[in-house]
Amino acid sequence: MTRVVGLAVLVVAIVAALGAPVLAPHAGDQSFRGLLNAPPTRPHVRGDDGTWHRPFIYRWTLVNQLEQRYEEDRSARVPLAWLSGGRLVQSADEGRAPLLLVGADSYGRDVFSRMLFGARISLGLALVAALGATLIGSAVGGMAGYVGGATDDLLMRASDFLIVLPAMYVVLALRAVLPLVLAPSTVFLLLSVIFAVVGAPFIARGVRAIVRSERTLDYASAASALGAGHLRLLARHLLPAARGFVAVELTLLVPAFIVAEATLSYVGLGFPDPMASWGTMLHDASNVRAFADFPWLLAPAAAIFLVVLGLNLVLQGPVQAGPNFRTPTVRLKPDTTREHL
Amino acid sequence: MVAGHGSGDTVTSGPAEAGHYILGHYILRYILRRLAFAVFLVFAVSSVSLVLAWSAPGDYPTESLGIGARPETIEQTRERLGLNRPLGEQYRDWLARAARLDFGRSLLYDRPVGDLIPERAVNTAVLALTALLAATLVGLPLGVFTGSRRGGVPAGAIRGASLVLLSMPPLLTSLLLVFVAARTGWLPIGGMRSPGAPAGGITIDLLQHLIVPSLALALPLAAMFERLAAQAMAEVVGQPFVLAALARGVPRRRVVWRDALKAGLRPVAAVYGLVVGTLLGGSFAVEIITAWPGLGSLMLAALQARDVYLVVGCAGAGSIFLAFGTLLSDAALALVDPRVSE
Repeated sequence: MTRVVGLAVLVVAIVAALGAPVLAPHAGDQSFRGLLNAPPTRPHVRGDDGTWHRPFIYRWTLVNQLEQRYEEDRSARVPLAWLSGGRLVQSADEGRAPLLLVGADSYGRDVFSRMLFGARISLGLALVAALGATLIGSAVGGMAGYVGGATDDLLMRASDFLIVLPAMYVVLALRAVLPLVLAPSTVFLLLSVIFAVVGAPFIARGVRAIVRSERTLDYASAASALGAGHLRLLARHLLPAARGFVAVELTLLVPAFIVAEATLSYVGLGFPDPMASWGTMLHDASNVRAFADFPWLLAPAAAIFLVVLGLNLVLQGPVQAGPNFRTPTVRLKPDTTREHL
Repeated sequence: MVAGHGSGDTVTSGPAEAGHYILGHYILRYILRRLAFAVFLVFAVSSVSLVLAWSAPGDYPTESLGIGARPETIEQTRERLGLNRPLGEQYRDWLARAARLDFGRSLLYDRPVGDLIPERAVNTAVLALTALLAATLVGLPLGVFTGSRRGGVPAGAIRGASLVLLSMPPLLTSLLLVFVAARTGWLPIGGMRSPGAPAGGITIDLLQHLIVPSLALALPLAAMFERLAAQAMAEVVGQPFVLAALARGVPRRRVVWRDALKAGLRPVAAVYGLVVGTLLGGSFAVEIITAWPGLGSLMLAALQARDVYLVVGCAGAGSIFLAFGTLLSDAALALVDPRVSE
């Protein structure tokens, strides 16, 4: 049951990320000058006089410039326009009364739209980095387990060392080596490489243990007797045995990377400003007064929480070991090791 | 390094036997080996971060003087600070001085790094230890409680709360708690001390400031301890020795809290070493958000200002924390489970 809920949350997040250009009412960087820190516009179906209408919103009017307080202009209803201009829903009067489902940030940008576009960056980065970590980790672990001897020793010592280091400090130091301001695509590439390197040792350790125990089994000898070369034996027969382990690890790395991106962007070492990611949005909210008065600026935090919760819920149920996963003893405790990223 | 995830079948060794191992030859060699590793860790981290900090584009003069500075001024500052010498020479110089416990001078704060770091490190340690203590005191008993029974509303509620908190890393808990504190005004929202003379004395003031950051750090940790202890307990409770004790008429409460608990402690002790890393990483976010003057915020400031020696000092101090924590947790693990020292 809990797994279904978790899966549902994840599906919603992925759909939101993929469908951002259609689902979001506005572009991520479109700002509304007169609506800095404006509260959410609630869709109504019932007017002040008690009559029913199709969903509509009221326009915000600024009543206090200094405190940025707004009031609903109840005199005119602004109906919602569905499927117009390539967007799922917008307000009929975008210029004067835009639809702000979660409110606006301090530049007057729509928080909801930015959250959808931010999901692409935050989730995409975490996924790419986790896949990268899997690739590096499987290659290193597979080689260490297969070759054995000094290579094994060297590779495993190195990964043990990386695991012991405080990951956040390592990421920080590596990130700080490069110029503080970079193009978004460079930052994306850079962060995914750094995250992948930091996350890989966790996977390498487990894969190595599995490959090591698998290669002594009969089927491995049979394959090599039939003429399978080293590479084929490793890639076609031994590594697939680690599938279950790798799948679990991958699921554990993704939330760690989402949070790592958010932390880096929060402190200003992640994506540059106009770019929307969940971390940069939290960075915009980082002034205490701002988010005490305008709590909707914390919406990305809620999004991070929901996605991480969804992943945790999916993992909660009995973890399915893949059909090839014959060596249950090598499952390292997955629920703790990645915590400190 | 961390104890294997054994099935826990031979954990019945008494305290006398454990004591024997502690005094024995094995544990001494083990600890010596760990110490050597710790020294290597600190040295490697400092050296690598020094090289990284040097290879970063821009240096302290360019960052502090700004874009508008004249090239001659920048060059003069570099000359004055000795930053224009070859890297090898600077590294040798730094090593020689570090061996005499002189870690250079922070350019950003214009104070010796050796003075600056301990001040901040103590703050981080206070924060981390408070959080660790709170998390252990809350998480462990709750885990024993939920793990030793099959169902029921209280156990289910605790389990649910743990799941929710596990999904809230310190970044989120601290944002949430600061938000609550700012909205309600119950607690100070940032820093470590109030300006001026606080009403209830310095200690009370400090404790009040400590609540939000340490809670932010402790909540996810407590949830993790709860889950770990619960899983271990659930495993132990199903074992024959528990059944045997119950059959002999030992009260259930005593079996759970005395006999089974000992075996259930093992996995928690095993992650204590990793938890130090968790705490360091988590306290980084917490320190920035709650403006707690610790090592993490110092490191960030140093990185942004390209204050090379301060970066190295912070990284080194962080690795000392880690090495110390791993050492402690290994000792704790050896106490709970004598097998690891062999």
